[in-house]
Amino acid sequence: MADAKVIPFDDDRSRGGGKGQGGAGKGQGGAGKGQARRRSSARRSGEPVSVREVRGPAGRPAEVQALPGQAEAGAGSSAPGSEEVPAQAGGGGGWERRIAGGLAFLRRRITGDYEVDEFGYDEELTDQVLMSLLRPVYEKYFRVEVKGIENIPADGGALIVANHSGTLPLDGLMLQVAVHDNHPHQRHLRLLAADLVFMLPVVNELARKAGHTLACAEDAQRLLEGGELVGVMPEGFKGIGKPFSERYKLQRFGRGGFVSTALRAGTPIVPCSIVGAEEIYPMIGNAKTLARLLGFPYFPITPTFPWLGPLGAVPLPTKWTIQFGEPIPTDGYPPEAAEDPMLMFNLTDQVREQIQHTLYKLLVQRRSVFF
Amino acid sequence: MGKVVLVTGVARQLGGRFVRRIQRDPEVDRVIAVDAQPPEHHLGGADFVQADIRQPAIARVLAEHAVDTVVHMDVSGTALGGGSRGAVKETNVIGTMQLLGACQKSPSVKRLVVKSSTNVYGSAPRDPAVFTETTPPKSLPSGGFAKDAVEVEGYVRGFARRRPDVAVCVLRFANILGPTAETPLVEYFSLPVLPTVFGYDPRLQFVHEDDVIEVLRIASHEPERGTLNSGTFNVAGDGVLLLSQCSRRLGRPTVPVLLPAVTWAGTALRTVGLTDFSPEQVRLLTHGRVVSTVQMRETLGFRPKYSTAEAFADFARSRGPGLLPPEALARAVDRLAKLPVVGGADGPDGSGPGGSGGSGTHPTQSAN
Repeated sequence: MADAKVIPFDDDRSRGGGKGQGGAGKGQGGAGKGQARRRSSARRSGEPVSVREVRGPAGRPAEVQALPGQAEAGAGSSAPGSEEVPAQAGGGGGWERRIAGGLAFLRRRITGDYEVDEFGYDEELTDQVLMSLLRPVYEKYFRVEVKGIENIPADGGALIVANHSGTLPLDGLMLQVAVHDNHPHQRHLRLLAADLVFMLPVVNELARKAGHTLACAEDAQRLLEGGELVGVMPEGFKGIGKPFSERYKLQRFGRGGFVSTALRAGTPIVPCSIVGAEEIYPMIGNAKTLARLLGFPYFPITPTFPWLGPLGAVPLPTKWTIQFGEPIPTDGYPPEAAEDPMLMFNLTDQVREQIQHTLYKLLVQRRSVFF
Repeated sequence: MGKVVLVTGVARQLGGRFVRRIQRDPEVDRVIAVDAQPPEHHLGGADFVQADIRQPAIARVLAEHAVDTVVHMDVSGTALGGGSRGAVKETNVIGTMQLLGACQKSPSVKRLVVKSSTNVYGSAPRDPAVFTETTPPKSLPSGGFAKDAVEVEGYVRGFARRRPDVAVCVLRFANILGPTAETPLVEYFSLPVLPTVFGYDPRLQFVHEDDVIEVLRIASHEPERGTLNSGTFNVAGDGVLLLSQCSRRLGRPTVPVLLPAVTWAGTALRTVGLTDFSPEQVRLLTHGRVVSTVQMRETLGFRPKYSTAEAFADFARSRGPGLLPPEALARAVDRLAKLPVVGGADGPDGSGPGGSGGSGTHPTQSAN
């Protein structure tokens, strides 16, 4: 395992030719161009969400799906690209419908006439606004490719266990979009987030509304028993805040609490490997004193951050692959098995090995970091 | 022979309502209503006994009337008629101790019902999203009413251990709302402009007054077949409302304030004595609190008539319109929808989704 090949960061095959931080600007420029190019491609206005991403040989989405959500995004969230309206015939009726939908949405929002669940999950806001904001990043910036979506069950609870990386938890958000947009039943992923998320103002509010909740056994079990799809990244801060030199090396999986939770709920565990998130912020240093002062678990120093200020906080436009692996069933165990530490360690290791193995496989297949 | 019910805290509206309601139950023979001060509202045919539960005299009342059911409702966050916080705490804690001491000595007491609050869970970012009756609080309430409630429950548990023959029921109520409710949260919602904590949108749960009366009644009688009414139960309406939803449904605009400023202002106002907006209230309005009501439904066998949203709607009706009534906003949007420009005649160029969103925000401001 240790001898598996880790693709070097600035790969000579990468067409951007970017070296280190130079790649940031260039790569971005490239992405911008790509965006402009793809915008001219077919975008149907009033169509229902069609989850068929025909991918070209380069692995890019050759057709961008229509997003009815974008029109209804309403106040303050005019999704990028939506101002360019395809001059298609019969657009009038579609627009009317969209505007009516947008106004109905606005009406519900300003009168408070919408529902949230007991975790504070606001499905309407997530679908119409938050997802539409994330989708351009998902489709255009990181160009996420999803494999093995059929491993996610069509209904009922399941626990998706993924690796965690990238200094900022963008991988969780992309995973959420990936599951929703690719799954035939458009399932919503409910992420379990660190307690830090719920201490920060604004962040906690958005996280709750997007369906995230605190990573604790009670919440996870409640969600799983409610038949929800739950996403967890058991590496936690150890994974997301690890130095760049340790990229794609899975950290310890906490105490394996996620396994016993899944076992108690009798839901399958779906291992998930995310490639590409490691390189978005290559963390070459950690200002520990500053982190302690601010109360953060780490304070990243990347080639661009904090030197370039807010510009340095722009992630590198890496190409991502998210692969869902074969589900590991847990319903064959007796209920008391959740208390058996040996079994828990074994299952945790099994999940961990599978994710690590898939990571290495994806890395070998990857042509370059950015393309 | 029917039951003799003793109710404490009857000078409050809720206590008064409960006394009037329980007298109508056929199995109840007499109701002894106790409070330190005479109530302003009538108590039906109940016998009012003016007694301070902080004094040992309460034991005499129990013995004199051969009380078999005690409903302790005198645990509350605010003083009646402008008493100090110290007096409230004393009534809550010392009063409960005296009352429980009296109950322990009285051989006739068979049932004890205590009105507690979900405040005992505290409210912190590290808490699980939903509290069950067995969830230990991550941060114990440090003071104020929440701490009183925790202490009261501690004494009640001790009493239940010492008198296993008495059926003890602790009801943890979520925020009580209703046309006559008098709680700090009701005061808060009566402000013309609601100050909120910037960057936080707490989840709140409400329980309607009518449901409070009903569940207290269930708890103070013999349990129905297949249910059990001793133990600790969370009582809340179904569903959850965010504070932002509450303010929009009430039609009251919000002013987000930074958390340190809120804490500071709260302390300042408390010192001046303008309000007793306790740190617990600020924490509730920051992190919110949701409890599981599975036990209430399945063990206690109680189904609330009002959901959280319905309880809030009933409360909102009793308050009158705010500065931004939701109906007016809805009408403004409807008018906008009827405009020919938005009708989509020239949709594809100017009034894209961004345009409609932008013009859609205008009536909000004009209604302002």
